[in-house]
Amino acid sequence: MNQPKTLDDNAAMVTETLKAETRKFNFFYGDNQALKNVDLPVAERRVTALIGPSGCGKSTLLRSFNRMHDLYPGNRYEGEIRLYPDDVNLVSPEVDPIEIRMRISMVFQKPNPFPKTIFENVAYGLMVRGEKRRSVLEEKVEEALRGAALWEEVKDRLDDLAFNLSGGQQQRLCIARALASDPEIILFDEPTSALDPIATASIEELIAEIKEKVTILIVTHNMQQAARISDYTAFMYLGELVEFGRTDELFVRPRKKQTEDYITGRFG
Amino acid sequence: MAETQGPRLRTIIARNHRWDLIIGTIGLLATTVGVLVLMLLFVDLVIDGWQRLTPDFFLNFPSRRPEEAGILSAWVGSALVMVVTAFTAVPLGVAAAIYLEEYAPKNWITELIEINVTNLAAVPSIIYGLLALGLFVYILGLGHSILTAGLTLGLMILPIVIVATREALRAIPVAIREAAYALGATRWQVVSDHLVPYASGGIYTGVIIGLSRAIGETAPVITIGALTFIAFLPPIPFTGDPPAGPFDWLFSPFTVLPIQMFNWLSRPQTAFHVNAAATGIVIIVATLLMNGIAIWLRSRIRSKLKW
Ligand SMILES: Nc1ncnc2c1ncn2[C@@H]1O[C@H](COP(=O)(O)OP(=O)(O)O)[C@@H](O)[C@H]1O
Ligand SMILES: [Mg+2]
Repeated sequence: MNQPKTLDDNAAMVTETLKAETRKFNFFYGDNQALKNVDLPVAERRVTALIGPSGCGKSTLLRSFNRMHDLYPGNRYEGEIRLYPDDVNLVSPEVDPIEIRMRISMVFQKPNPFPKTIFENVAYGLMVRGEKRRSVLEEKVEEALRGAALWEEVKDRLDDLAFNLSGGQQQRLCIARALASDPEIILFDEPTSALDPIATASIEELIAEIKEKVTILIVTHNMQQAARISDYTAFMYLGELVEFGRTDELFVRPRKKQTEDYITGRFG
Repeated sequence: MAETQGPRLRTIIARNHRWDLIIGTIGLLATTVGVLVLMLLFVDLVIDGWQRLTPDFFLNFPSRRPEEAGILSAWVGSALVMVVTAFTAVPLGVAAAIYLEEYAPKNWITELIEINVTNLAAVPSIIYGLLALGLFVYILGLGHSILTAGLTLGLMILPIVIVATREALRAIPVAIREAAYALGATRWQVVSDHLVPYASGGIYTGVIIGLSRAIGETAPVITIGALTFIAFLPPIPFTGDPPAGPFDWLFSPFTVLPIQMFNWLSRPQTAFHVNAAATGIVIIVATLLMNGIAIWLRSRIRSKLKW
């Protein structure tokens, strides 16, 4: 294992191959700087959790990875998010955000299925790539629904509207939708905050399975959840990445006082 | 010992409730007055005109003899003008709304356009007639035709379609747009695969409300020179000698229901006034029917959308 040169050499704390990495990354909503000098390594096929009090910039950082901020005027990235193995800076203006979003999918806080059928929801990512062959779509949709542990429940009603599913099923549908086009990374923004404990447990199980194939970056405000499902954890505070480390170490032996205060529930 | 404050509170509450009662009564009165007046007008029309609503009334051309006169040329004219109106207002209105909501950069030019669109809805319809007379009839030489009338009314209801479409687009949650963008959809894919289908209920409603306003319009149609007495139908495509082209009907002279009604009302013989009342019933029923369809369509499409 590489020896961290300093307390803040985050990349050195990752033993696996990196899938992505932010370097001196800053983000601005207009004049309002929401992220400051963030260095976050993302290990390939591992779960990296972002924790921290509300408003510390977790969603902002997550949404930078698929260039969601490009949708709104006045937003500005500074610094780099390198995506491997290409080794491109994915926030650079020369990189097409559409390509990035095809390679890096996202699951949102509240389940947000399209008002379309279950099948159409899962197939949409393939359709935007121009896939029209019914057989390919059917095969991929089944694979994605199996991957999201939803196939058995919906296989007989693929043409039902997605809204008729329960909240937990809708969120798994959204995961299936994100999985269908074989993304390299999936971003999760508090995916269980709108769900009951049972649905939450099933999503957590699912994330553990998905990480065999896909790199996962997940925002959670639930520290137990981060401890249960992630391999690496980053603690953020006021737009800065305060501490990054292996989850088993960070929760047991935090190196910074702020981290310790947060995980012991003394603030936030 | 402390006194209970119950009785004192109860007087205050009773006083507060009195206002509920007063405002409620005033509101009820205001509503009934409006509805009652409309009902009375409609009942009056029906009493005057219903006996003329025979099949012949719909199948006859106007005539000098009131009992033989009918509204064939008028309702066909109205229907054809509505077709042109819809074909003008829908593509222009929906495209403009999509541009303003989804594509337009937020700057002062966009703002200026937006203010103008809203103000256009308030322009008196006769002004559209004058504009159309100058532009479509004299400059473009489209004649006193169905095409001119349809284009004019299409422009007139354009603001209604634009505003309705924009509202329907805005009602779509950000989360749905983001879900589509997050899968790598381009702006056009988001618009065509999601926004327009989900907004379609609102768009239909806007179009139908616009058309139901256009069908009763008289002033602009008179201004562009619709005939008041017309005893022939526009040419049916591929019939006649020589055969009419597929679009010849667009350039045909025409009349519409409200003009026919106005024409009959201005005659001295009361028998014509009966015809006018019957025509009024037809216009009102057509309008109510369109509004009914709009409500039905909206609720049908809404039921598939949960937000
Ligand atoms: N669209 C926006 N415009 C301006 N400021 C924003 C916007 N979204 C978030 N912020 C600000 O950026 C900071 C980080 O927000 P966010 O990333 O949503 O935090 P978290 O997800 O950790 O709760 C907050 O101070 C928030 O007020
Ligand atoms: Mg957040």
